[in-house]
Amino acid sequence: MRRKPILIALLTLLAGSSLMFAGTVSGKVTYTGTPAHQKAIDMSKEPSCAKQHATPISTETVVTGANNALENVVVYISAGAPDEGQVPTQAITYTQKGCQYLPHVLPMHVNQEFEILNDDQTSHNIHPLPKVNIEWNKSQPPGSPPIKEKYDKAEFIEVKCNIHPWMHGYFAVLKTSHYDVSKEGGDFKLPNLPPGKYTLTAWHEKYGTQTADVTITGNETKDVNFTFKATAY
Amino acid sequence: MHDVAAHAAHHAPPTSFIRKHVFSLDHKVIGKQYYALALVAAFVGMFLSWFMRIHLAWNDTAIPGLQLLSKTGAPGGVMTPEYYLQLMTMHGTIMVFFVLTTAPFAAFGNYFLPIQVGAEDMPFPHFNMMSFWVTFVAFLVLMSSFILGDGPTLGGWTQYAPLNAVGSVAGPGQGLGVVLWATSIGLFCVGQLLGSLNFITTTLDLRVKGMSLMRLPLTAWAWFITSCMGLTAFAVLMPACILVILDHVAGTSFFVASNLVINDQVQPHSGGSTLLWQHLFWFFGHPEVYIAIVPGLGIVSHILITNMRKPMLSHRTLIYSMGALAVLSYMVYGHHMFVSGMNPFSSLAFSFPTLVITIPSTIVVLVQVFSLYGSKLRINSASLFSLGFISMFVAGGVSGFFLAQPSIDIMLHATYFVVGHFHMVMGVAAMFGIFAGTYFWFPKMTGRMMNETLGKAHFWLSFVGAYCIFMPFHYLGLAGNVRRYSSFVDDFLQPLIPVHRFITVAALLTGAAQLIFLYNLIHSRFWGKLAPNDNPWEATSLEWSTATPPPFDNFGGKHPVVYHDPYQYGVQSSVGDYVMQTSPEQVKTESDEQ
Amino acid sequence: MAKFFAITIIIIAIASAIPILRHTWAPPEDISTHGALIDEQLSETMAEAGISFLAAQFVLAFFIWKFSNPAPDAKLKNFPGGAKGLVIAAFLVVGIEVMALGIFGAKAWANVYLTPPAADAMPIQVQAGQFAFYFRYPGPDGKFGATHPELINEGQQNYYGLDPEHDVDARDDIVAAEMAIPVNKEIHLLMHSKDVGHSFYVRELRVQQDFVPGLDVSLHFTATKVGKYEIVCTQLCGLGHYNMKAYLEVLSQQDFDDWMKKETAMQ
Repeated sequence: MRRKPILIALLTLLAGSSLMFAGTVSGKVTYTGTPAHQKAIDMSKEPSCAKQHATPISTETVVTGANNALENVVVYISAGAPDEGQVPTQAITYTQKGCQYLPHVLPMHVNQEFEILNDDQTSHNIHPLPKVNIEWNKSQPPGSPPIKEKYDKAEFIEVKCNIHPWMHGYFAVLKTSHYDVSKEGGDFKLPNLPPGKYTLTAWHEKYGTQTADVTITGNETKDVNFTFKATAY
Repeated sequence: MHDVAAHAAHHAPPTSFIRKHVFSLDHKVIGKQYYALALVAAFVGMFLSWFMRIHLAWNDTAIPGLQLLSKTGAPGGVMTPEYYLQLMTMHGTIMVFFVLTTAPFAAFGNYFLPIQVGAEDMPFPHFNMMSFWVTFVAFLVLMSSFILGDGPTLGGWTQYAPLNAVGSVAGPGQGLGVVLWATSIGLFCVGQLLGSLNFITTTLDLRVKGMSLMRLPLTAWAWFITSCMGLTAFAVLMPACILVILDHVAGTSFFVASNLVINDQVQPHSGGSTLLWQHLFWFFGHPEVYIAIVPGLGIVSHILITNMRKPMLSHRTLIYSMGALAVLSYMVYGHHMFVSGMNPFSSLAFSFPTLVITIPSTIVVLVQVFSLYGSKLRINSASLFSLGFISMFVAGGVSGFFLAQPSIDIMLHATYFVVGHFHMVMGVAAMFGIFAGTYFWFPKMTGRMMNETLGKAHFWLSFVGAYCIFMPFHYLGLAGNVRRYSSFVDDFLQPLIPVHRFITVAALLTGAAQLIFLYNLIHSRFWGKLAPNDNPWEATSLEWSTATPPPFDNFGGKHPVVYHDPYQYGVQSSVGDYVMQTSPEQVKTESDEQ
Repeated sequence: MAKFFAITIIIIAIASAIPILRHTWAPPEDISTHGALIDEQLSETMAEAGISFLAAQFVLAFFIWKFSNPAPDAKLKNFPGGAKGLVIAAFLVVGIEVMALGIFGAKAWANVYLTPPAADAMPIQVQAGQFAFYFRYPGPDGKFGATHPELINEGQQNYYGLDPEHDVDARDDIVAAEMAIPVNKEIHLLMHSKDVGHSFYVRELRVQQDFVPGLDVSLHFTATKVGKYEIVCTQLCGLGHYNMKAYLEVLSQQDFDDWMKKETAMQ
């Protein structure tokens, strides 16, 4: 047990020194072709949610931006990164608002605790459908405390609300803390990468995964772009 | 009659504590065990209904402490929709099976049927003991679903398919919860089958000399008829429960159709029938409501006769009517399924017997009510609850006129109208029968009297309270208030929420009044006034001619001989205005059997 | 005590009847062509049940009042006619009453369930699933596209499992979360359940019918009044049962055509 503080000190030193030579991978996710038409969602069944959207929101299976940008793509280091095993301590939240999941894709580290909040005046039901993690199904009436959960295995987990069938999202449970989700414009950025050889994976809920290799040698920024092929249906 | 002497030495009084009070073969101990089980179950069921009512009236309000029962079911004390349904399912299952079936039938029947026919015990005491302990285990299995897995099943006490068979994908409690439910009910069926077997053979084979079938008191007849129903009804439900369990654990698809999609996944089942479950369940389910109420009819008649000091207008008419109820109860079950998707011609076919069943029900009520004419009615807790039973039975019974008709059922099916109907006619009425029986037989069972003042207070609060709770249910149903909703979110339900608040307040108060009964029961058991003699109500049937409480073999080694019809009141005898069935005294009867 | 009890019974009986007589909580106005018979049946049954209820409670109360605490010299009497009279009365009065109800009720029932839909009835499919209704209109081609259970994907709003990529019929199908119908037009409703048992209940339409998984049932009705009504599920289907609902919009033909254009644009 006495060795533990020393170990932590060493690790901090190591992390600190590696930060000095930290590289960054950044890039853009785009698509080619015609993406499927995203249908507008009719929430008339839940008036308290429907009135929060001046114009009906659409499904978020494929969210695109200007210049063929593709959003909601999880880009992460799938191989080569030293898996620090350090679970980020900052709280992350998954909010249900206007009968929609915010964010649509929530990336997280294995064993990282996340909170699920209900901002609506109606009960929601959170039913993630994992294949390797343990499945649970919980309801959250308005006024009840946040649900705190974590997953101990890496997996992309589909999330559904059993009460509002159109609500749909994903948990991206990753074995690394180097990840990002492509934003508006398709941009992503993975900073603080120590020198090394990495495999980068980009995951999209409909179009699957793509990988790219990248080598960081020092304090540099490498550009990696991903292009998915969109289909009309 | 039969050779009772052959049974004389069939078992000797036990001496060890375990054989005397736990694994007892004595029908009286088993009867009391059933009563205790029903009492615990009734209060569990009642507390569940309190939680449900509070949630319905004040939907997003946290119920302090509820999170201790289930952290996920009531986070921060706010009940989730699934937990409401889970509590509702448990309330219904506990009340229908473990209270309304056990208390009037298994508890009182066990204790008094052998005594009323003059027997020393049931013919199969080991079956009888097994019957209770299997039922007890069934109760434990059911209660265990509160703490195992993700809670009890949420499918309601009717457990409709395929919700009951597709597994946990259909919601919390639909995996292990359903398996535990089906196991519990399957075991319960075994217990009641063993019990029914004993009741039937006791009635047919163990009557003492002089006890012809028509000399049996109405209670004995009611228990006999009920056990005939039990033997056939539970024999159908038990295999149905086994099939549900197989759908869960053995990959069969008895109740699941092909190509069902849940959570975007095609379910690995094919070829089963959804309606099969409903047919099997209601083939049991409708006789079951008569299993709950017919013993009450017998108990109430028995008590009223004693307190009217005259027999019913016709003994035979009541017996035949109860028999007709039992026979017809098998032909009407389809009225639960009018809008289920069954062939619409079948709905008409099931509608007519359902309307016909009102005739024997009406006859029973008319005979009971018009027998009051010209009586010398004594008012006490037992007779008040009996009269309250009739009032409730009528109030709940007339709503059957509506539900018997498929065209009106289109409007009222699955609304609070149905909930009001069955709560009054088989819930409250049957409970009143249980209460009446308790106040009446308590001195025989314990040797002490229950407190009359507390008993009357209990009656007034229960009688007025029950009307305040269940009459408005009918109004809600007329307005289309759907049942089994954990929250009222529809626009048309908003104006009805104040009615729900009224009902909730009434339910909390009426429920609290039952604590008076509990106190009275426990206090009187240990410190109550001693019964003045073996026959404090001046009654005639055999249970009042033996010692108090009855000895192990019921009649202290003697074999009573029966000389009279069961209800010889309004006569002039050496003891007063009645003559006991066992008394050889010849008297002139003032009102003879018609 | 007994007299007080008798009075209590009378008060409860009368108090129970008042909301019924005043129609405080009554079914909403009927907007269907078949509902009048059902309503008539309901009010007749209400009258007969009400009279039976009040009569029984009054007689019970009266006997309790009259025959409790009798004078010491009171004599026992039996009701004149005895049980025989009561049995005959039960058979004649109640028997005829319920048979009449049964026969007239059968007519009301047959009116809904034992008649075929008109040849030009407008087909609409409704699919119930945990915990929402989705309605499908065949679109300009008048044909419903085939459904493929394995393609159902709620996140992508493919509630029916349509395959527009390969199936031409499915491309113009309109799937909506609310049900719009033209007024005074017979609707042929094709009911399909995606998962467990559900029910389709519209109070104003006098319609309630269960969805049976594995068995597609159909209903037909005509709405006669423009307005917005609620469709609710009445068969316990799981945790979201209470929230399973949709709106029924009964529209003029013009408004219905506009609605259809709007929905087509939303697909």
